[in-house]
Amino acid sequence: MITQMLFSRHEKKILWAVALILLAAALVPLANLLIPEGNFFHVPGHLVPLLGKYLCYALLALALDLVWGYCGILSLGHGAFFALGGYAMGMYLMRQIGDRGVYANPLLPDFMVFLNWSELPWYWYGFNHFAFAALMVLLVPGLLAFVFGWFAFRSRVTGVYLSIITQAMTYALLLAFFRNEMGFGGNNGLTDFKDILGFNVQAGGTRATLFAATAVALALALILSSAIVRSKYGKVLVGVRDAESRTRFLGYRVENMKLFIFTVSAMMAGIAGALYVPQVGIINPGEFAPANSIEVVIWTAVGGRGTLIGPIIGAVLVNFGKSIFTAAFPEFWLFALGALFVATTLFLPRGVVGTVQQHLATRKEQKKADAAERAYRDKAAASAESRLASLEPQAAE
Amino acid sequence: MDAKTSRSLLYLDGVSVSFDGFKALNSLSFVVEPGELRAIIGPNGAGKTTMMDIITGKTRPDSGQVFFNGDIDLTRKDEAEIAQLGIGRKFQKPTVFESHTVWDNIELALNRKRGVFATLFYRLTAEDKARIEEILETVRMTARKDDLAANLSHGQKQWLEIGMLLAQEPKLLLVDEPVAGMTDAETAETAILLKEIARTRSVVVVEHDMGFIRDLGVKVTCLAEGSVLAEGSIDFVSSDPKVIENYLGR
Repeated sequence: MITQMLFSRHEKKILWAVALILLAAALVPLANLLIPEGNFFHVPGHLVPLLGKYLCYALLALALDLVWGYCGILSLGHGAFFALGGYAMGMYLMRQIGDRGVYANPLLPDFMVFLNWSELPWYWYGFNHFAFAALMVLLVPGLLAFVFGWFAFRSRVTGVYLSIITQAMTYALLLAFFRNEMGFGGNNGLTDFKDILGFNVQAGGTRATLFAATAVALALALILSSAIVRSKYGKVLVGVRDAESRTRFLGYRVENMKLFIFTVSAMMAGIAGALYVPQVGIINPGEFAPANSIEVVIWTAVGGRGTLIGPIIGAVLVNFGKSIFTAAFPEFWLFALGALFVATTLFLPRGVVGTVQQHLATRKEQKKADAAERAYRDKAAASAESRLASLEPQAAE
Repeated sequence: MDAKTSRSLLYLDGVSVSFDGFKALNSLSFVVEPGELRAIIGPNGAGKTTMMDIITGKTRPDSGQVFFNGDIDLTRKDEAEIAQLGIGRKFQKPTVFESHTVWDNIELALNRKRGVFATLFYRLTAEDKARIEEILETVRMTARKDDLAANLSHGQKQWLEIGMLLAQEPKLLLVDEPVAGMTDAETAETAILLKEIARTRSVVVVEHDMGFIRDLGVKVTCLAEGSVLAEGSIDFVSSDPKVIENYLGR
């Protein structure tokens, strides 16, 4: 039943996008590892984690699109789920350091030794196993989203109020994770990672593999999202977005509908964060910053919300722009980002992909309308003729 | 519970509700029999829409009883539960899913399992397909099944919404001003449509259009200031001096 749901009813453009992403998953690592340096097609080593970072952001934007674009829940706290997934992965990576830390404590990460802690807090147990950490990458953001959504959606908090409390949620987590007593490395977060699954995180091969893993995760998430939005459930979500009370009076439990997609989306964001951390080499409370979550909204809006592909394109484009801009004119980046958001809202309210799609749709519609009008005119002319013909004898009378 | 409750489809007794001191419903009592088509008239602020809100679970009454199908207490249920029990509601302003096609609108309304996983793994069966086609035919929308609901005219949206309510297979249909903004031809068609629908279920229509109510030719209840002013045939009600004073004007 699940496989049937996953492998049917995809739009052609989704399949194309998946193919392209998978192609990138294969080509970028190959071009990095096999093509010699100096060749035009060589992808330099420092670019691989950068591209991988873009794809993590793309996955995060895709997750946001599921709730915002399809269900109308403008979450301004998706960065929190991303960061939690990142912390879960970071905790695994910290435990992998073992006694290679500065203080050479086999059990405690450096920051705990520095704080004079004598034993590992209970919530760090299990994170030395990759499988456990991977499970937490899904469970922690998922559980937070479930509990948060349970209360928010049941109390029918919607619109701008919901956006504000999601923002408050990520801000609260930011403050909490800043505290040393929390046991997550405080201000500095978790860093100085050594290996992942026994491979050196800095090595070219590991980075290429992480990039490929990110691209595959993105492709899978895109397939899953497309299956969800094309299902009847996806149609109900759009119904909730456009006419919530109608959906409710048809007998759907709107709060459950929202809760499910919000939780799925948070888990997706968690995966994005988990893939992000080994590639950038650090996770700190800054990832919870409210501004980060707002940036995700901008990527999604620029690419086109409610299109699935749009947010992916938006995230990659905006972050590519950010990389270039912050290198050339670092102090102007925030102005540029603000201007981009204003321009998108004013001139491209459907985003890049949404605008192209609408253009194509109106052209198709126009053709259909023209054909219908032609057919109607022919019919009208014919009927007018026959009516004239039937009138003539009366006129003669 | 007396005999009256158990026989009726919808039974409201002494229902009162007030908003910030304003009594929207004042000890309203009202009964709908199974298979009945009933019209409700009344001036603005008479409590017509509030009454529908109470029946569909959007608003809770301060006091009074609301029973459906004999012994189901509606004051303890929420909107989704009440909809699943078989009460459909059409809003004053046509409310359809604008970014879905006409077909999808009906499909979403179809009386099937409403849960997250049931909808996630739902596949259109031949039976459901036939049912949707039948409904599209009833509300005269077959030709437009692939069009987005946003592109329909006002009158067509009203019909689509009625079609959605039919798909829900309710026992009781509450219809709020179905002909507002319709042309005369559309109004006459809608009267025929509602009478057709009322053959198999109970329908309560709130309407201002007296001509339309005359077309329906059914029992009329006139509300004013939150309670029933008069009840009977349209001629009886419209000759009632209280009704004339409160609603029709001299």
